[in-house]
Amino acid sequence: MTSRPSPDIPEPKEMVERPVYLTYRYRANPQSNRFLHAIKQGLILGVRSKGSGKVLVPPPGVCPETGTLTPGEMIELSNNGTVLSYTIVHLPIPNSKLKPPFVVANILLDGADQAFSHLIAECELKDVQIGTRVRAKWKPEEEWDYGLENIEYFVLSGEPAVDIESHREARLQEAAKHA
Amino acid sequence: MSAGQPPAPEALLEAEFELGFTYSRTLGPVIGTCFAVLANHRFLGIKRSDGSVLFPPLEYDPETAESLSEWVELGDTGTVEGYCWVKHPRDKHNELAPFAWALIKLDGADTPFLHKVRVPDESVICPGLRVKPLWVAEPQGDITDIAAFVPASEVNS
Repeated sequence: MTSRPSPDIPEPKEMVERPVYLTYRYRANPQSNRFLHAIKQGLILGVRSKGSGKVLVPPPGVCPETGTLTPGEMIELSNNGTVLSYTIVHLPIPNSKLKPPFVVANILLDGADQAFSHLIAECELKDVQIGTRVRAKWKPEEEWDYGLENIEYFVLSGEPAVDIESHREARLQEAAKHA
Repeated sequence: MSAGQPPAPEALLEAEFELGFTYSRTLGPVIGTCFAVLANHRFLGIKRSDGSVLFPPLEYDPETAESLSEWVELGDTGTVEGYCWVKHPRDKHNELAPFAWALIKLDGADTPFLHKVRVPDESVICPGLRVKPLWVAEPQGDITDIAAFVPASEVNS
């Protein structure tokens, strides 16, 4: 133990706040710009990489797999998709209005080869499995802005579950035709 | 799957973002005590077995790793050992005018620590400059209880 000098000193301070904030200005690249303008109108756009033949969403400027520039032509994607993987969040997230437990899933939209994460709600937790079919539930149109938050969350579509491995195989064969 | 028409060319989108990591940090008994007494405008260093005094104090000797426990009351005047002049302060520096980040060795300590020095002009600061702390009005028991150091000749205590 450390000895206390005289005169008496206060108890040690236990904790200090040391937040780190990164403030930055985002400028959309051409592909993101079109994606964001489209989602403002309720459309989800992807782009097909000429290098890999895969449909990427949200559309990047460069295919991450082959490094080729993505074309300007966009592909409209379905509101339906498949759960690739998921997690159930039991701890509250600071500053979030989400009430645990809730489900965050990697969702592969029909027609896409790249998943993105989003929420799944209005269901029993046990009903979310790998391969479960889901459908985007959009917010009211007047609330649409430039972001994937326009989709409030995904709900179970009621379609039969998909075998992810065979789905993946089929998508890879499809991509190969376009590469 | 329908081949969607890309939307007509539209305005380039830009937006401000803020990414925050809201860390709290525990201080431990030694830095915790050092910070607590800053609220009373005091500096406490800690003595090593070779008799030298560390400020900021450490829980363990940086060379021998032995546990340190002997507090030493330090003076509140110090000497600038080195500095870096900041010509264009940023928001988080909380400075209205150019200032210096300086290594300051407090009287009675054998190690320097980093803090800000406010001088009217870069020509005023140099290694060897004697400085004193400018305390904030409402101390919290934190290193920021010192607003900055200023030349000792400017402070009438």
